[in-house]
Amino acid sequence: MPAKDTAATRMLQGVTIFSDRSNPVSPVQTLSGIALEKMNSLSVADAMRFFSGVQLKDYGGLGGLKTLNVRSMGTNHTGVFYDGIQLGNAQNGTVDLGRFSLDNIEQIDLYNAQKGVLLQPAKGFAAASAIYLQSRKPVFREGEKTHGKVAFKTGAFGLVNPSLRLEQRLSERLSAVVSSEWLHGNGRYKFRYTNGTYDTTAIRQNAAIDAARVEAGLYGQLKDSSSWQAKVYYYNSTRGLPGAIVSNKFLNGQHQWDRNLFIQSSYKKQFGKRYTMLLNAKFMYDYVRYLDTAIVTVDGPLMNRYQQKEYYFSSANQYKITSFWDVALSADFQVNEMTAVNLDHFAIPTRYSTLAAAATQLHLGPVELQGNLLATVVNETTKAYTAGRDFHKLTPTILVSWQPFREEDLKIRAFYKNSFRMPTFNDMYYSTVGNPALRPESAKQYNIGTGYTRSSGGFLQFFSLQADAYYTHVKDKIVASPGRNFQWMMQNIGAVDIYGIDASVQLSPVLLPAVKTDFSVKYTYQKALDKSNPAEVNYKDQIAYIPVHSGSFIAHASWHKWDVNYSFIYVGERYFLNTNIPLYYMEPWYTSDVSVTTSLLFGRKLVKLTGELNNVFNQYYDVVINYPMPGRYYRLTASINF
Amino acid sequence: MRFYISLLVVCGLLTGLAACRKGASVVPGDDTHVGADSLRNGFYLLNEGNMGMNLATLDYYNSSTGIYSSNIYSAINPGATKELGDVGNDLQIYGGKLYAVIALSDKVEVMDVHTAKRIGQINVPSCRYITFYKGKAYVSSYATTAGGTSGVNGYVAEVDTATLQVIRTAGVGRQPEEMAISGDKMYVANSGGYSASNFERTVSVLDMNTFKEIKRIDVAVNLHHVKADKYGDVYVTSRGDYYDLHSKLFVIDTQRDIVKDSLAAAVSDIWISGDSAYIYGVEWSYVTNKNTISYGIVDIKNERMLTNKFITDGTDAQITTPSGIAVDPTTKEIYVTDAKDNLLPGTLYCFSPAGKKKWSVTTGDIPGHFAFVRN
Repeated sequence: MPAKDTAATRMLQGVTIFSDRSNPVSPVQTLSGIALEKMNSLSVADAMRFFSGVQLKDYGGLGGLKTLNVRSMGTNHTGVFYDGIQLGNAQNGTVDLGRFSLDNIEQIDLYNAQKGVLLQPAKGFAAASAIYLQSRKPVFREGEKTHGKVAFKTGAFGLVNPSLRLEQRLSERLSAVVSSEWLHGNGRYKFRYTNGTYDTTAIRQNAAIDAARVEAGLYGQLKDSSSWQAKVYYYNSTRGLPGAIVSNKFLNGQHQWDRNLFIQSSYKKQFGKRYTMLLNAKFMYDYVRYLDTAIVTVDGPLMNRYQQKEYYFSSANQYKITSFWDVALSADFQVNEMTAVNLDHFAIPTRYSTLAAAATQLHLGPVELQGNLLATVVNETTKAYTAGRDFHKLTPTILVSWQPFREEDLKIRAFYKNSFRMPTFNDMYYSTVGNPALRPESAKQYNIGTGYTRSSGGFLQFFSLQADAYYTHVKDKIVASPGRNFQWMMQNIGAVDIYGIDASVQLSPVLLPAVKTDFSVKYTYQKALDKSNPAEVNYKDQIAYIPVHSGSFIAHASWHKWDVNYSFIYVGERYFLNTNIPLYYMEPWYTSDVSVTTSLLFGRKLVKLTGELNNVFNQYYDVVINYPMPGRYYRLTASINF
Repeated sequence: MRFYISLLVVCGLLTGLAACRKGASVVPGDDTHVGADSLRNGFYLLNEGNMGMNLATLDYYNSSTGIYSSNIYSAINPGATKELGDVGNDLQIYGGKLYAVIALSDKVEVMDVHTAKRIGQINVPSCRYITFYKGKAYVSSYATTAGGTSGVNGYVAEVDTATLQVIRTAGVGRQPEEMAISGDKMYVANSGGYSASNFERTVSVLDMNTFKEIKRIDVAVNLHHVKADKYGDVYVTSRGDYYDLHSKLFVIDTQRDIVKDSLAAAVSDIWISGDSAYIYGVEWSYVTNKNTISYGIVDIKNERMLTNKFITDGTDAQITTPSGIAVDPTTKEIYVTDAKDNLLPGTLYCFSPAGKKKWSVTTGDIPGHFAFVRN
């Protein structure tokens, strides 16, 4: 076979999905490359469900909001970074992970505390935990100038999802990539509710979605060996909001339109052997239109329009003082603006955030020590009504790891992190809900854990064990209490104590010759106790939507041109409000997903076909109360690399 | 071989976990013995439940046994799909039937007054309150008269209490709330709550002979409750605009259909017992971002505040967010509910006529509406 086909040929052989990766200083879970490809997942949200220490909040279906809650602290405490720059939403503080298709993602990392590196934007030190999404970078073989991939997905929910990716080498030092996709679906699926006496099956309605994404990136290397990249991302969608299924009302008339555009760029240069600089800049524009035909105001059906702009600049600098001692200084400046149309008493806020972080790292033989101090200053102005108070805070983090045996990749690690999340614009200014007097919600995390990784040529090709135990205290928790008669309240009234264990084992044993197998088992234990008010009935009750036990299991087998994947997820019993009474009880749920993939060479093009069957045992469940999830459903994918 | 062992382990794991799901069942309520009473009155309490949570529940207090039973509807009516529904907004008894207005379920649930067994439902979209006149039920609705999104005004639906069908409708103002009958006229409070920059200010007056709106009385912004007294007056509450215009109580003279008086008292709900109107107010202000809570009794004969305190033993300090009020028609015991932060089960307090706490009990979410049963 000609030499240039070796890469394609290699892809036709059985492969192991886990990568050999040494244990970093902070707890991390990674999905990359083949492992990511084998997941029965449409979006980043679907893939991250299988991590330990996380709960996915999923409103169901193709267009339903999907956010990740790491270690029960709440979605707003997790920073989501796309190619190293944070994805922000000052309006609601959350990133809908359901909107990021895996099509253009190369790697997903979830770090507790933070990514354990020094050279990063100050925002990298800020959140209680961080998700890093790495988009696929263009890679070329010798002499190759252009290649790409066309894929098509279809299946349940009326899914039609074509995508195209093109990579072009423009010169020795410059390459470009364009990735785009269109997702369309009627979002219809069967759901069922029963109490043993009544038993109702119906079809989810008003859940259609139409979404387009276009992304273009430039990757360059300059003569002085500095590197840069620039990226444009555009997302446009229209979707029905199917709403809660309540007695006598299975259909809702809300609709939402979204447009999101961002341009970001980064530049990295090393000066001499000691000093490295990383510059990042971003502009983001976000537009949301919301229509509720059930609410008829004097101006017609309720139609809100929200516009957000974000300007961001970051400078990060690392200096190597000695071979074992590094220091870094990062400074970020960000402006967030928001306007709203048809929203009574909206303040039109602008938020100026300045973050500065000083960090240091020591390698003392088997001990690695990282520490940083982050200063945050937030100034807020509004064009109307009351602005939030100016705010500043110093928050420290210490991370330490110890490798007791030189020959073994075994590490003991620990961290302490103090962090907070700002109240969002919705929290503070949303017409009849917001409260500008809100303070930030803060979290203190204490973590101790261990990581062990071993690769060998024997029976156990790969083995990894990760386990962490932690205690987190969240105070001044921002609680929205939707009330009666148009009166809502946003208040800093909550406090939560979280005691948790995240544990995972990944192994790749050789069970049969010629068959590569991989297994992953993850387990999460969470006691997240409401400590808001000792006089209240729910004092020390488990908080809403957090199961005490949850976990996942993945089995993968690869044989010649065939790949089989089985994924199982289990979420234990939960309560949908912060009081543990039978009225609020939600049953455990667990789903099994199966997929089969085969690859073949068509001419010299690599063709892949995947068939998935998800929720094989057709279990009906809610992740969020009254938002039914689909039962059994299938999906087919075909792709050609050219 | 090893592969099969792994398979067995996986299957075992699955079977083990499968045992964890108990299977669907009806959520039972709780019975609490809160003390016997010599009298034979009981009452139903409707808990509103938060929007989207489908958590409207019905409680019953049997005063002859002293047993308070929570969440009785689901156990008595297990066949009702998705239980009682989403956001209970009013509860009334008329002619042997118990009517529960479930606002976001677009229905009025009709039950037998003695057994709480479901009889049927009245379909009225975005229904708010219910009242009765000469054998018919009247339900106010936020929905537009013509349906859909044409027009902005809401309506009152006239309902046959035997067939539970809507007979006809009468257009009123925007987002009408409570209604009261005085003589052969109906007074409907219009809120305009969907347009905070342009609240309604009027009470619609309907002639019950023709069932048509005959006039509007200008009162104040964002009207809510309407209660008729025995002296030919109608009491109307205004919620204010949550900024500079405060919540207030107005008195309409139904002979002349004019506002004849007003009292500077914040009123979230009102219960008339004899010559006393018991009121409480939870007034939110976007200026201070705080709730101001108040209580009081209004002498409806002379239209003046009697007192701003009817809980006399200091228990009011424990009540975070009063959400309902009632006075036993016979014993004159005072009932006040606390919705707390709206996300916790509420509390019902029973006070003696002198305002001393007799007992309290845990209710459903956002307890708010009472209906007394006489055996």
